[in-house]
Amino acid sequence: MFTKTKALFACVVTFALLAPAMAFAAGGGGAPIVMVADTRKLTGIMAWWANLYNESHLYFTILTVILIPLIGVIFGVLADIIMHFIGIDLKSRDLAEH
Amino acid sequence: MEWLYILMPIAGVKIFWPGLIILGIGVGVIGGFFGMGGAWMVTPGLNILGFPMAFAIGTDIAHMAGKSLISTMRHGKFGNVDYKLGFIMLVGTIVGFEVGAQMIMWLERIGKVDMVVRWIYLGLLAFITWMVFTDIARRKAKDRAAIASGQEVDKNATGLEWHKTLHKIKIPPMVHLNVAGIYCSAWLPIAVSFFTGWLAGILGIGGGLIRMPALIYLVGCPTHVAVGTDLFEVAISGLYGAASYTYKGRTELVAAIIMLIGAAMGAQVGAVATKYIKGYGIRYVFGLAVIGCGISIFLKLLGVYIPSVAGVCDIIATYLILGLVSGMALYITIKMVQGAKREIAMKKAKA
Repeated sequence: MFTKTKALFACVVTFALLAPAMAFAAGGGGAPIVMVADTRKLTGIMAWWANLYNESHLYFTILTVILIPLIGVIFGVLADIIMHFIGIDLKSRDLAEH
Repeated sequence: MEWLYILMPIAGVKIFWPGLIILGIGVGVIGGFFGMGGAWMVTPGLNILGFPMAFAIGTDIAHMAGKSLISTMRHGKFGNVDYKLGFIMLVGTIVGFEVGAQMIMWLERIGKVDMVVRWIYLGLLAFITWMVFTDIARRKAKDRAAIASGQEVDKNATGLEWHKTLHKIKIPPMVHLNVAGIYCSAWLPIAVSFFTGWLAGILGIGGGLIRMPALIYLVGCPTHVAVGTDLFEVAISGLYGAASYTYKGRTELVAAIIMLIGAAMGAQVGAVATKYIKGYGIRYVFGLAVIGCGISIFLKLLGVYIPSVAGVCDIIATYLILGLVSGMALYITIKMVQGAKREIAMKKAKA
């Protein structure tokens, strides 16, 4: 039983050691696909947004990474205010089970 | 009814925006409650709404990052997030994910990626389901035995106790994880997170579905702490994923923002609902969610082997997932409302 466990452990360790080598040997990347937003039907902020996407994916990414948490927090805090107004205790949890 | 549709500036398709909010609320509630991103639920939902698949994953990850952040904040206030454990696991998760993603490239080259991924996924879901329900059955047996012998039921008793064996491994450095109440080798969470990250990378999913039970059964976290800490991981990896997919031009931010409006609210409901439901109640509903996910994957596999039923299987799988999302979100919301009513009534009675 102990020998089998040791053999299994050796297999797992060997796999863990070889996995990165196999992965790196595979290289990476994929078929480069270029996507362009059609701005002809858009106006105002939507047109600006689509143009930003077409012009620079980097700026588009930076703005996305800033906007997502910000909007999440704004609406989350709004939900907080509503639940606090209803009278729910939002700072402690009494149930303590595993 | 034209006002109910919005033109997505990047994807160039018109989408029924209230559908995005409803989907956001549903996955927000479930995500905040179970501690997972829920990509397996969102992607078919977006597909039904007419979203091009090229943008579905990126859009899903972008909204997931925002929703998980707000859930983490809420769970943090309840004392459900072990930040130390979260940071330790982050290292293993990132490295494991990258190795898994690179292995997928390798499998793509030899042309077997789809089948390998789906079978691994299905096997894993079957194992998680077995683990969750075996744990619940053993815990119930312990409770019954305690009652039969006239002893008090131990509230901290667990069914499966693999974590106790793993905690006996004393390879330095040893760490105290105070919120989770664990003292173990730092290598345990690193190894677990590497393994779950690797699987997530191979399967192309966020990993919450795997990491949450791994935190419970392998690391030994209480259910609530596993949910909160997992959400912390999802928030950080989600933000990284959002940046990565957006840079590749695969995110429709307008859709992500609309979904986030619903998801941020829903996530709060889900997170607050954990206040009123015991740890094993969360595990039980989680087990049901895993079964639903497993059946949908099985239906997709069935379509591959029997092409004549592929169309029907796809439709059944999509409606099954959406039905599951609606049912679970409704159940969690009802439990949250009932719990809140009880709490408010008790406060009034005290005053």
